[in-house]
Amino acid sequence: MQLIYLDHLSATPLHPQAKEAMIRHIETVFGNPVSDHRVGQRASQALDRARQQVAALIKADPGEIVFTSGGSEANNHALKGIAIGLREKGRRIITTNIEHKSILNALRTLRLLDYQVTSLDVAPHGLVDPAAVEKALTPDTILISVMLANNEIGTIEPIAEIAKIAKKKNIIFHTDAVDAVGVIPVDVKALGVNLLSLAANIFYGPPGVGALYVKKGTPLWPLIDGGMQENKRRAGTENLIGIVGLGAAAEAAVREMPERIPRLQAMRDRLRQGLLERIPEIVINGHPTLNLPHLLSVSFKYVEGESLMLMLDEEGVEVSTRSACASGSLRASHVLISTGLDFATAQGTLLFSFGRDNTDADVDKVLEVLPGIVQTLRDMSPLYKKGHGG
Amino acid sequence: MIYLDYNATTPVAPEVARAIDLHLGEEFGNPGSDYALGRRAQAAVEQARREAAGLLGCAPDEVVFTSGATEANNLALKGVAWHFGRGRILSSAVEHPAVRQPLAFLAAEGFDVTMLPVDGDGLVDPEAVRRALTPDTILISVMHANNETGAIQPIAEIGAVAREAGVLLHTDAAQSVGKIPVNVDDLKVDYLTLAGHKMYAPKGVGALYVRRGSPLAPLLHGASQEGGRRAGTENVPYLAGLGEACRLGREGLSDFMTRVAALRDLLHRRLREGFPQLILNGPPDARLPNTLNVSFPGFSGRRILAALPELAASLGAACHGDLEEPSPVLTAMGLPRDLALSAVRLSLGRPTSREEVERAAELLLGALQRLTG
Repeated sequence: MQLIYLDHLSATPLHPQAKEAMIRHIETVFGNPVSDHRVGQRASQALDRARQQVAALIKADPGEIVFTSGGSEANNHALKGIAIGLREKGRRIITTNIEHKSILNALRTLRLLDYQVTSLDVAPHGLVDPAAVEKALTPDTILISVMLANNEIGTIEPIAEIAKIAKKKNIIFHTDAVDAVGVIPVDVKALGVNLLSLAANIFYGPPGVGALYVKKGTPLWPLIDGGMQENKRRAGTENLIGIVGLGAAAEAAVREMPERIPRLQAMRDRLRQGLLERIPEIVINGHPTLNLPHLLSVSFKYVEGESLMLMLDEEGVEVSTRSACASGSLRASHVLISTGLDFATAQGTLLFSFGRDNTDADVDKVLEVLPGIVQTLRDMSPLYKKGHGG
Repeated sequence: MIYLDYNATTPVAPEVARAIDLHLGEEFGNPGSDYALGRRAQAAVEQARREAAGLLGCAPDEVVFTSGATEANNLALKGVAWHFGRGRILSSAVEHPAVRQPLAFLAAEGFDVTMLPVDGDGLVDPEAVRRALTPDTILISVMHANNETGAIQPIAEIGAVAREAGVLLHTDAAQSVGKIPVNVDDLKVDYLTLAGHKMYAPKGVGALYVRRGSPLAPLLHGASQEGGRRAGTENVPYLAGLGEACRLGREGLSDFMTRVAALRDLLHRRLREGFPQLILNGPPDARLPNTLNVSFPGFSGRRILAALPELAASLGAACHGDLEEPSPVLTAMGLPRDLALSAVRLSLGRPTSREEVERAAELLLGALQRLTG
């Protein structure tokens, strides 16, 4: 059976160019980049090149890129690093209710350490209101953290507008751009942020590697102390092979995004239209226009998302009920509930995310099998029968 | 080039590269995904966890994978410190920066951090640990083997002291795992740090052993990977590689120890024959079988290595390689500044051959002659 993979938010296959670069480095370069012999020099050059490639992807200076072990570490580093670095200035942090777990849980810990966290509600499409951010600011606010694009509904937040407010009040602004970088064009200077998190395995790089953009002059304290790597901002022998893979994936993303974005968007829109035509009583989540081009979140009333996912898996279609980080728990998504969806409907949600290898035939297959699966499950649902004369 | 700097980093073993390669292609799933591709990724991670547990003699659920030894050390030290909130931490004067720096941070946060001295061989006295214990001591952290001299600390003895006092014990075993037997029960440790790239796995992966029931506040918060102890999508290819490296380390350990110790001793003998004033830094016996740290009195270690571009070796530890200061480890052992600056660390590895060792000795002795002339 031909496998149809529509869960690129959970993981992406490695780009051939990234794989090729990584394998070359497994075989030839194994030096420790800070040793001063020639092996070390080759490693150091590879590191510099990757730093340039990642900087080019988000229009930053290479010196502003700190490599991390992934998006979760970048987010933890940004929040805790500013909390520690500015603890004399204040202890309030502003964020939203729809952030990724690595933000929510890092902030939960900071609350235990006597930081105050204001978590803002979002509008029904998942949009954060910049005016609400401005209203929430207090004199002791040290940090604002708002995600660039949501990982469950795809809504793209008005980051540049929030950054203007932060800048006016001289407050550090971080954005978790893990699900946006490499998917859509991201320009840190146009956004006006101080800190930005990104992860390689969202854009066909390897897992276990990411970066934190740290604008020059940002008072960030290290999260991992030790040697002097990453200009003393992040200790630990550099994950050279992973970083080389991240660099190559970044370069490929810059080149491929202009062609890929409209193609993925067309497939996504065709799936959305097809589902709306074929299956009654569904809800499309997220903002209708301000959204990631490759993502579609759909709630099917009267059915469990988990059952839909397993039946699609049997048909060779791999999708997610929500982000992989939250799977395993059957509680409804905090994001969907925050956007105003009722609990029962939120339970029936599937998350489709397209990638560079998908084709129109993949959309056709979903449209062919999913209406039958939904109907089968609804026919077994007492709630559905009650409302439909069954 | 002759590479004798395996304590700085090791090449990726071909078997490890193959294990990684398997997960760089179609098997790219996220272990958190509930369909077949995700479940296979999860199985690969659990297989790696069993291999790491097999190497360390612990249960698989006591292994927490990290992005490397530095993160594992930060997790253990800050994780215990934040759990207790206050108290005294004992460590040693010869720790790696990945232990020293987090402890400096915790000292600035108000923890009472005491670094115990070492003797002339670089060893910590377990009785000195006992004497330094106070009722509010929460943690002892002493490295298993030193990265510069290879000195192996009496961790089991320190572990006995720690257990008697009911104090937790962490050891940074980044240098020892894969080079000598490391068993968490024999060592009586509660936390143990392991580094992938010191044992023929790539840089950017490691693990922390956490004894069941031991407290640990997470360093990276997020989703519930690693039993809630370390958030972040699992680095599946690297973990598969680390698992394979653990298997190779376990299976090849006794052969490696015998072979590499013989080569290391041959190198030592050759250097002493050509340069009788040679001084061995570190204990003659309680030492990693691959490590030879020697001072060439009257010479600068930096100038010796600068004269030998075809030999890759280290002065101090690689992580502070750009400092002109003498190594803090050698200084803590009581070595005068000039002798410390004349030290060279030669560390052998699995691929090291007898020819390489003979040639390295010739090169080093030749450089001494040129620098004298």
